[in-house]
Amino acid sequence: MKIHEYQAKEILRSYNVPVPEGKVAFTVDEAVQVAKEIGGKVRVVKAQIHAGGRGKGGGVKVAKGITEVRKYAKQILGMNLVTHQTGPEGKVVKRLLVEQGVNIKKELYVGITLDRASSKNVMMVSTEGGMEIEKVAAETPEKIIKEKIEPSIGMQPYQARKLAFGLGLEGTQFKNGVKFLLALYKAYEAIDASLAEINPLVVTKEGDVIALDAKMNFDDNALYRHPEIVKYRDLEEEEPLEIEASKYNLNYIKLDGNVGCMVNGAGLAMATMDIIKLAGGEPANFLDVGGTANKETVANGFKIILSDKNVKAILINIFGGIVRCDRVAQGVIDAVNDIGVEIPIIVRLDGTNAEEAAVLLEKSGLNFEVAQNFKEAAEKVTEVLKG
Amino acid sequence: MSILLDKKTKVVVQGITGSEGSFHTMQMLEYGTKVVAGVTPGKGGQDFHGVPIFNTVEEAVKATKANASAIFVPPPFAADAILEAAGAGIKLIVAITEGIPAKDMVHVYDFIREKDVHLIGPNCPGIISPGKAKIGIMPGFIHRKGKIGVISRSGTLTYEAVKQLSDLKIGQSTCIGIGGDPVIGSQFIDIIKLFNEDPNTDGIIMIGEIGGSAEEEAAAYVKKHVKKPVVGFIAGQTAPPGRRMGHAGAIIAGGKGTAKEKMKAMKRAGIHVVPSPAEIGVTMKKALEAAKK
Repeated sequence: MKIHEYQAKEILRSYNVPVPEGKVAFTVDEAVQVAKEIGGKVRVVKAQIHAGGRGKGGGVKVAKGITEVRKYAKQILGMNLVTHQTGPEGKVVKRLLVEQGVNIKKELYVGITLDRASSKNVMMVSTEGGMEIEKVAAETPEKIIKEKIEPSIGMQPYQARKLAFGLGLEGTQFKNGVKFLLALYKAYEAIDASLAEINPLVVTKEGDVIALDAKMNFDDNALYRHPEIVKYRDLEEEEPLEIEASKYNLNYIKLDGNVGCMVNGAGLAMATMDIIKLAGGEPANFLDVGGTANKETVANGFKIILSDKNVKAILINIFGGIVRCDRVAQGVIDAVNDIGVEIPIIVRLDGTNAEEAAVLLEKSGLNFEVAQNFKEAAEKVTEVLKG
Repeated sequence: MSILLDKKTKVVVQGITGSEGSFHTMQMLEYGTKVVAGVTPGKGGQDFHGVPIFNTVEEAVKATKANASAIFVPPPFAADAILEAAGAGIKLIVAITEGIPAKDMVHVYDFIREKDVHLIGPNCPGIISPGKAKIGIMPGFIHRKGKIGVISRSGTLTYEAVKQLSDLKIGQSTCIGIGGDPVIGSQFIDIIKLFNEDPNTDGIIMIGEIGGSAEEEAAAYVKKHVKKPVVGFIAGQTAPPGRRMGHAGAIIAGGKGTAKEKMKAMKRAGIHVVPSPAEIGVTMKKALEAAKK
C-alpha cells in the first residue's frame, strides 16, 4: 500500500524522526489557515499525489507570505499534475501539504528496503540527495553506502555512525544524523514498511537533520495488524476498476492493450500476458482469479474486463488443479449468457475435469474459440486479432 | 530417484483440521504420501481420518518420527508454525500459506539459515516426487514419473510446464514450487544444486519471474557447475515496472529484475531460454535429444 507524503511525515513525527512543521489542507482556505498556524517566514505548498517528480511538474511552490500561500494553493489544488510517474494523463491534485520552509545547507539521501538476495533489510545513504537514486546507482554506484541490518538485533548505533560519517556529517549535524537514522529504522520496522525513502534528507544551516520529503510503502500482507496505516488509504489515488476487482478478491491490474485475459495464478497470468504479446496482441490487463475460481468470480472478472473499452478479445486460461475446469466452463457459459459478450472469447481449460469442460463449452451453442493447449490459445489470439 | 522427498518421508501436517489443511491432507494421502501426524494446538488426542493429531510438533515428532512438515496455518500464525517445526528438528518444511508478512519471514529465514533445514515456500504449491509422494496442493495426476527436475516460483505455471512434459511422455524426478514472496526459504540455486547432484535427474526446468536477482544468481551457478541441460522461462516480459503482479516478489524496481536482464543472464549461462511459455516442454525434449548425441 502507498500513502501520501504528509501521512508518511505524520508517522515519522510519531517515531521522533524530525520533519518540517506542517499539515494537510483540502481547500485554499485550509491551506491559509495551516500557514498561519505553523508560522515562519517561508512556507512550502506541496501537491499530494501518489507519484514522484511533483516539483518538476509544478506541484511544489515556495511561498513568501500568506498572500503567496493563497495564490499557490489556488494554483495547485485541482490542477492536473503530470510527472514521469503519473503517465501522460496525469493526476488531479486534491490535497496539499503546507509546511515551514527550512534553511537547506546540504541535500542527502536515505532509503530502507528489503534486500531479497540476503533476506535482510538494508539502509542506503548517499550524498547525492534530491536526485533520482536509480540514476545515482547506475552512474556512480560508489556514492551509495549500504548497511545490512541483522534481523535478530536490529540496527545498531555503530551502523548509524558509519553511515553518518559516510555522509560527511560533523559535530551537531553528525549527532542529529545518527539519531535520525536510528529513529527512521525503528519506524520502518515497527510499521511493517516495505520501503522508506527520504529524498532529500536535508542538513539545515542550524545543524538540524530533517526529512524534507518522505515516501513510504507498506507490506500488504502485514496490514491486518496495522489499522492505523490502513486508515491512510486514499481510494482516489487508485484505479477504480482495481478497487472494484479487489471487492471480489480478484487481483486485477489495468494495462493499455487490446486483449483481456482471465487466468488462475499470478505466474500463469504473467505468462499469458507474455503469450498475448508474442501472438501479436497487447495485454489489456493482469487478472488472477485465484485458487477458487467459480461462477461468481468468472462473471465478475468478465464485467471488469469488459468495462475497458479497448478490449477486442478475451483469453481465458485456467489450469485446473484444485479448481475444476467444468465449473469454470459453466461459469463462463452463464456469464456470457447473462452479460452478452460480443467480442471473441478464446477459452483454454486444462487440468482437472478438462474433458467435461470441453463438452460443456461445445454443447452451449455459444461462439467460443476453444484451444486445447497454451500454444493453440496463442495462435487463436493471433487469428482473432486479424479478424 | 528424487530429491528431498520420497516414499519413506514421514509428514506431519500443521493446521490439519483447517479447511485447506484437511482437504489437502486427504489429497496427499490419496497420492500415497506418508502423512503420519497432524498438529492443531488444543486438539491433541483426536484423529483425522486415522491420522493422530498432536498439540505440538515436538510431540508429533517424538511419537511418529515425522521428518517433514506441511504448513497450512493462516498467515498471522504461519511464521511461528515454521519456527516450531524447525525447533522440533524437522528437516523439510513446506510452507503453503499465502500472505505471511515479509518481516516475519525475515526473522524466520534468519533463524533457519544456519540450520540443517530445507524450507520450501511460503506462498508456494509445494513439492512432489511423481509416483512417490507429494507435500502440497498440486494436482498429482498431471505428473509422470521420470528424470526431469522442475523448479518454479509460480504454482499454475509449474503445472503448465509439467503438463507439457507429461504430454510428451517426459517424466519428472521432483517438481518444486519455491514460492512468489520476497523472502523464501529455498532459492533456485539451492534446488538446482540438489538436482545437479541427483544422479537420476537428467535435465532441469527453471521457471522464473520478474523481480529480484535469484534467477541471475542461479544462472551463474549453472554456468559454472551444471552439465545437464537446463531449460528456462521468465514470466512477466510484458509487465510494467513498479506494479506488483500478484506475487509480492514480482515487481520491477528501479529498472532491476526485468525479464530481459534475466533472460540474457540465463542465455549466457548456456540455459535454453524460451520466449514463449508454450515451448517449455518441446525445448526440453530437443535439449535431451541433443545431450544424448
